[in-house]
Amino acid sequence: MNGPMPAETTAPETFESFSEAVNDAKLEAKGLDFFYGKSQALYDINIGFQRNAVTALIGPSGCGKSTLLRALNRIYALYPGQRAVGEILLDGKNTLDRGVDLGQLRAKVGMVFQQPTPFPMSIYDNVAFGVRLYEKLSKADLDQRVEDSLRRAALWTEVKDKLHTSGLGLSGGQQQRLCVARGVAVRPEILLLDEPASALDPISTAKLEETIVELKPDITIVIVTHNLQQAARISDNAAFMYLGRLIEFAKTDRLFDNPRARRTADYITGRFG
Amino acid sequence: MAAMAGFGVLILIALLVLSAGVAGFGLLLRARKLANLGFVLFCVGGAVLALAALAAILGSLLANGFGGLNLAVFTQDTPAPGSPGGLRNAILGSIAMCVVGMLIAVVVGVLAGTWLAEYSPRTRWTAAYGSVVRFVNDVLLSAPSILVGLFIYEALILLVIHHFSGLAGAVALALLAVPVVTRTTEDVLRLQSKQLRESGAALGAPVWITIRAILWRAASGGMITGALLAFARISGETAPLLFTALNNQFNGLNWQIQDGFGLNGPTANIPVVIFNYALSAYDDWRRLAWVGALIIAIAVLGINILVRVLSAEPKRS
Repeated sequence: MNGPMPAETTAPETFESFSEAVNDAKLEAKGLDFFYGKSQALYDINIGFQRNAVTALIGPSGCGKSTLLRALNRIYALYPGQRAVGEILLDGKNTLDRGVDLGQLRAKVGMVFQQPTPFPMSIYDNVAFGVRLYEKLSKADLDQRVEDSLRRAALWTEVKDKLHTSGLGLSGGQQQRLCVARGVAVRPEILLLDEPASALDPISTAKLEETIVELKPDITIVIVTHNLQQAARISDNAAFMYLGRLIEFAKTDRLFDNPRARRTADYITGRFG
Repeated sequence: MAAMAGFGVLILIALLVLSAGVAGFGLLLRARKLANLGFVLFCVGGAVLALAALAAILGSLLANGFGGLNLAVFTQDTPAPGSPGGLRNAILGSIAMCVVGMLIAVVVGVLAGTWLAEYSPRTRWTAAYGSVVRFVNDVLLSAPSILVGLFIYEALILLVIHHFSGLAGAVALALLAVPVVTRTTEDVLRLQSKQLRESGAALGAPVWITIRAILWRAASGGMITGALLAFARISGETAPLLFTALNNQFNGLNWQIQDGFGLNGPTANIPVVIFNYALSAYDDWRRLAWVGALIIAIAVLGINILVRVLSAEPKRS
């Protein structure tokens, strides 16, 4: 990911880029560069994430799609030496500004990781954890919120009788949907999913995909995936990234049916990646 | 027995040399098998030796101490030579000092270990300071306990308290337990996945809440194990108590607040009682010393078994 770029003099590498504008962007990156210490991982990314739609980020390993995702809620700020330069506009406000409260930002921009990460507490407490941080709800309201969140994550029927048992006792697929429920419970405006299905079996994956589609009406979703079929199934827009650059960004159908960039075509037809 | 063991080791070495020699003659397959056999025997021999030592200790403790175990040991205080008595004051004193010592050690050790694991890597300077702290902690981990006792004698008894005190003994024990708790806390926190930390942050939780509500809970098994091992270690320590709590032949614990719940003055404890009684000329005192040694051994064994049971709990990450 962070390897040196080919020197311009010996192998001039051109990155033809075809990026289409979206008309109703909830979240937008402008001229975004990203650095792990001294090595640059993202180059001048310009992309808009359409409100209440699913945007998929695809590309070969190390192309920077996870890096881009991790810039969007500034989770990278946990690590010294990682920094983003440029602009990331959430409803027009730059989240990279110094004064931004990271807690508030991340409550608005939720994230689900590749490996399920249930907290070592009951299923109920897992879902209530984030809610308790920012809201003071009555017992009844909190119960209702937990139930709603579990329903939205398509997990309610499976766990409603064992809410107070440990979240660690669930299967991998259930744990991942628990993480989605936990993320949804704080009522985020945006949900970032970092290869959420890569550790799941096909049935769990299908359930998770249903969940994602059901969340779409009021949550803006960005999903990183290695699975092109998955991107084609659930996303409205898709971005193809390569070597830290955004190569092509368009409606998913257009990108898959009629890619403009040669690299995109090569990747989605399986010629490399 | 030592002669037999030595003989066994000689035979094993001879086997190894022999098998190496055979290999030299080119009988490769046979030689490898022989070499393997020799090595396995060597390992088994080592394990048997180590276990034999442990069995010998436990056996002699049981043989000499078990006969003296009776109710009086737990209900009567340490006697003058020739009179009946037990170890009640010493047992209570040991428990009280170990518990107070562990309270101090757990608070300091858990906080220090948490800082080392979670906060020190954040900037270059704290990381550098953290590695110094870690090194000093490792030194302290293997510091001779008699030095710790002398240090507390100089720093606390001579300068502040001016008399032998069970509280000083507890502080000395705490000083021995802190590095163990610090080290295990840091180690088990580092074992927790990066994604677990990120999941807390991703919900908008500040770092300290992520640590307190998620990481400590996820690491609690290992942290409790570390604390119990530290407890097992300090419960048998004699050297740090010789200069601090000393001993108290005559009074049982006086559970009054003004007396520091009995720990203010010199305080009886099992290790020092064993030390004094075992060196004495009186048979009944020496019998009690054996009983005390047996009690400590059983307590330490019990704690270690408890640790095994706790850490054998199936863990899913």
